[in-house]
Amino acid sequence: MKQKVNPQENFGITREKIGYVSRKDATQADYDRIGFMSGLEVHQQLLTASKLFCRCPAGIYHDHDDYDAELVRHMRPTLSELGEYDGTALMEFKTRKEIIYRVNNENACTYDVDDTPPFPMDPEALEIAIQISQLCKLNIVGEVHVTRKQYLDGSIPTGFQRTAIIGVEGAIPLKNKTIRIIQLSLEEDSCREILDEGHVRMYKTDRLGMPLIETVTYPDMKNPDEVKEACDYIRFLNRSTGKVRTGMGAGRQDVNVSCEGGTRVEIKGVAHTRWIPELTHVEAFRQYALLSIRDLLKKRIDAEKPYKISHKVLDYYSYHFDAIPAIKNASLNGHKIIAVNLPGFSGALSHFTQPGQCFAHEFEGRLKVIACLERPNMTHSEALNQEILAEDWEKMEKLLDCQDQDAQLVFWGPEEDIETALETIEERCQMSLEGVPNETRKSFEDGSTVFERVLPGADRMYPDTDTVPRPLEDDYINSLTKNMPGEIIERYKQLKKWGVPEDTYTYIFSRNLYPLIERLVNNTRLKPVFAGTFVGQKLKFVEGQFSKGEAFDYECIEKLFGYLEENKLHPELAVRMLPVLYQHPKMDFDSVLVNIDFKPVGSNRLLDRIPFLSQKFDQVGRKQEPKHKVNWIMGQLRNQATGNMDLTQLARQVAQEVNGSKETKTA
Amino acid sequence: MSNDIFQGYRGRALEQLKKYHVRVWGKAVIETTRGRFEGTVLPRSENDDDKHIVMKIITGYNIGIDTDTITSMKEVGYKKANYAIPEKEFPISDKNPNVKLFGTGGTIASRLDYRTGAVIPAFSPGELYGAVPELADICNIDTEKLFAVFSENMGPKQYIALAKAIGKEIEKGVDGIMIGHGTDTLHHTGAALTFMVQNSPIPIVLVGSQRSSDRPSSDAALNLMHAARAAGHGDIAETMVCMFGPTSDEYGLLHKGTRVRKMHSSYRSTFRTIGDIPLATVNREKVDPIHKKYNPRRKDRNVTIKPFFDDRVTMLYYYPGMKPDTIDLLVDNGYKGIVFVGTGLGHVNKELYPAIERAQKKGVHMYMTLQTIWGYVHMFVYDTGRDMMAKGIIPAGNMLPEVAFVKLGWALGQTHDPEEVKQIMLTPINDDITLREPYNGYLVYQGGIPEVEEFIKKVHK
Repeated sequence: MKQKVNPQENFGITREKIGYVSRKDATQADYDRIGFMSGLEVHQQLLTASKLFCRCPAGIYHDHDDYDAELVRHMRPTLSELGEYDGTALMEFKTRKEIIYRVNNENACTYDVDDTPPFPMDPEALEIAIQISQLCKLNIVGEVHVTRKQYLDGSIPTGFQRTAIIGVEGAIPLKNKTIRIIQLSLEEDSCREILDEGHVRMYKTDRLGMPLIETVTYPDMKNPDEVKEACDYIRFLNRSTGKVRTGMGAGRQDVNVSCEGGTRVEIKGVAHTRWIPELTHVEAFRQYALLSIRDLLKKRIDAEKPYKISHKVLDYYSYHFDAIPAIKNASLNGHKIIAVNLPGFSGALSHFTQPGQCFAHEFEGRLKVIACLERPNMTHSEALNQEILAEDWEKMEKLLDCQDQDAQLVFWGPEEDIETALETIEERCQMSLEGVPNETRKSFEDGSTVFERVLPGADRMYPDTDTVPRPLEDDYINSLTKNMPGEIIERYKQLKKWGVPEDTYTYIFSRNLYPLIERLVNNTRLKPVFAGTFVGQKLKFVEGQFSKGEAFDYECIEKLFGYLEENKLHPELAVRMLPVLYQHPKMDFDSVLVNIDFKPVGSNRLLDRIPFLSQKFDQVGRKQEPKHKVNWIMGQLRNQATGNMDLTQLARQVAQEVNGSKETKTA
Repeated sequence: MSNDIFQGYRGRALEQLKKYHVRVWGKAVIETTRGRFEGTVLPRSENDDDKHIVMKIITGYNIGIDTDTITSMKEVGYKKANYAIPEKEFPISDKNPNVKLFGTGGTIASRLDYRTGAVIPAFSPGELYGAVPELADICNIDTEKLFAVFSENMGPKQYIALAKAIGKEIEKGVDGIMIGHGTDTLHHTGAALTFMVQNSPIPIVLVGSQRSSDRPSSDAALNLMHAARAAGHGDIAETMVCMFGPTSDEYGLLHKGTRVRKMHSSYRSTFRTIGDIPLATVNREKVDPIHKKYNPRRKDRNVTIKPFFDDRVTMLYYYPGMKPDTIDLLVDNGYKGIVFVGTGLGHVNKELYPAIERAQKKGVHMYMTLQTIWGYVHMFVYDTGRDMMAKGIIPAGNMLPEVAFVKLGWALGQTHDPEEVKQIMLTPINDDITLREPYNGYLVYQGGIPEVEEFIKKVHK
């Protein structure tokens, strides 16, 4: 009788074996050991009025059900360089995905659905892309050529994305190193997915065609934190122009990760940079685990020969499947249940790959995407939570004529998809003998990823025969270089020099507030540290607490300080005025003062009240200590004093009064 | 030789390449005032300017380098690309009908050369099978390339050659004929073949594509499958145009060659039957006739080929203020037939009358068709119409302008006797003129109207 693998135990042992550590505990030595390497593709929508290749308005979104028409397309793989269809692409094509596009007349036209050729590239988008390229120190091309980059998933109705290189070979400075940039391209954004079920995938075309830039870095990042730092830098740099879109989905990144001996895997559409460290950490270790699985399998399987699986259709009633809801449902839907034998895969299926996930998960995602089998679509002989009874597995082993080192997988689905599913499983097994498959993966907040698509080959770029090259003359480029924002790294250093607390920088850069601070410093008598902290802390607080009045913009803040200065009111008063101003930006400043109950009082009158308050404290104060006395008096005076005189000076006066001539500092 | 090495380059760009000894397909490092660029030098399209050099950079994208910025160039490698569509033997099955596919030069199946953007046509059965393997499930295909011209260069010579070739194939016993054709003049050829190939026992299907097959969303493969289905299995033995019904990948329509017109410059569903309903819908599995009457497929081979054409025919699109000398010039240059495309029910201005009279005296055959596209010429309603008829202009019923042009050329290729020409022109051939217009023969929906919006929301346009 064969020695059964204990999945739970094996999962733990294999995790140990590859030396997985949580990110919290990981050090640079861990990343060096596995050869961590990562690069970025940072996407940023540009703030233009129109889409890139048509005259539809950009940035108008609608709900899933708000559409005027639908149309259907099927994407067909085109022949690759060697005249062969890409294996997986053909497999996906055989399963025939019906792609449905929802069109809303307000924001999409016949260009978007590939029924009209492209119009000339939006000049505004081109200008912004050139400016950002210059900030990235890229070499600007002499002539912009539009290229078609093929996508078969249907996310673009043409089947390709029109994209053009603006600059190549640049660099951005991080705190401790320089990251090289491969290129910056200007491209059209894709559709937003509405659903993906079985053989139907549905998209809406509102976001489609909006101008987007993609900044691609070299894989220069050697640990997860560097990846985030680089990504933040690029995003802040983009935003520093004030000409990019912000908000949900306006900036997204694809993160490329590999470990030594692994393959470049692309984690698509990461919405928040704070997810990056965990994602890249987990992915690098997943690849490391796949290499360990390859080594295990190669001892048992001749990798030179094509790997073959065998399978049998299972009779639902011959097993105890009634107790397993997913299989029961499948049977009720008339689906087939198939048992597959994977020769030599014992101990591999329960091998650790990601926290909480074992190798068998790799099949699940592919069955969903390539064979269109909705999840849950499979289970296996080494499931961490085993649902199929041991006696049933034994029965299947006999049916499949299994050997000791084999593992088994059971999947279910509509009859017409079974062939593709079997091919998919066999292909994935073959790939595991080679190591890490080339693929794109979808990310989850917990840092795990799942198979999304096969990474298309390098030869998916074609010149666009519908557009003509656009020359970029020196004069034109130079005319765009005027009024360029300063470098992020320089701004970072300046804030530090001013003494603005570092924890406010992310907020300041992500909202592109540095220019505001700079204007406050240059145009008012505010101390830089006050201006920086006011923006980085007070404004952030107010933004988080109150709802913004429609007319509010950052210019209101400049005007506010101008008003205070003009009326000889102390800048501290701005802190109290800001919440009102933020909610009611159209209110004039005098009314804001009334609203916060401010009355102009001369500093003499404030100071005159100190002796009276001092006596009052003697009567009511519970702890008769000078320190408490000062605080109490300040408390009584603060609201009235704010704006009328400097609070530090007032506190000094109070202390003097309380302590006689001795100066005391109060909080 | 230099052409080969510096493909497409001229002027300043060519000078630079020669100066630094860099060839097309050479891997080059170019230093410029904007920085360094590395990649493979590509051929340049001859219509583009001479101030830029095109490169494919390592990431697969193309860029152009401004020659004025170049400070030095160096060729560091060389690899010339060679492309061909792989041929796979087209599987022949006894169960499938035999279909002949004629090529005219339009590319129905093709692949883009990913480096240059050049279109490599797939045409031989093996190439076609490589590109659209599903065809083998529908029919056995044999191919013959008759000419290599763009759609807009198709003309009388080509119509005649095609008609003769079709006649030969019918005699040989094929089950159906497909003609690959650029879409711009698909309907002209459709009309010409209807007149030149009469009483065909088998379907003759013209097919093209609105989006070239090098793009994943192309309509080419599906159009080919639809056409193969109609030619090999369909029961309608007429000259037809087979193109998308809706813009969606759903079904195709079969239109009579005499009643079809390209109605949108770029839509997939651009071909519409005018003044009538289409013959049939077609998908990968079957042809579903819509039109109640059609010429059914026959076993005999009794086809009549009438390969005639006199190209001294022209079409005059009337506009307000047209001067008589436009007609005089045509007559003086020896034109024998004029198809007027008139306004409304078929009108031109009075100023032209003397020129029209002169033309009639010179024996020019004149017919009236309509700018409105839909409807019948009706020259009895206003006096001007009667005047014109008196001056020799013959109303052509609801014949489409392009069809009337082709038919007049074909008629004059047979006779110049005014009565005989008139007889040929006004005797309907496969509904080039219909006796009646059905109520659903004219449907142009107006967007924005609530009920239309409701309809297009539910039904794919």
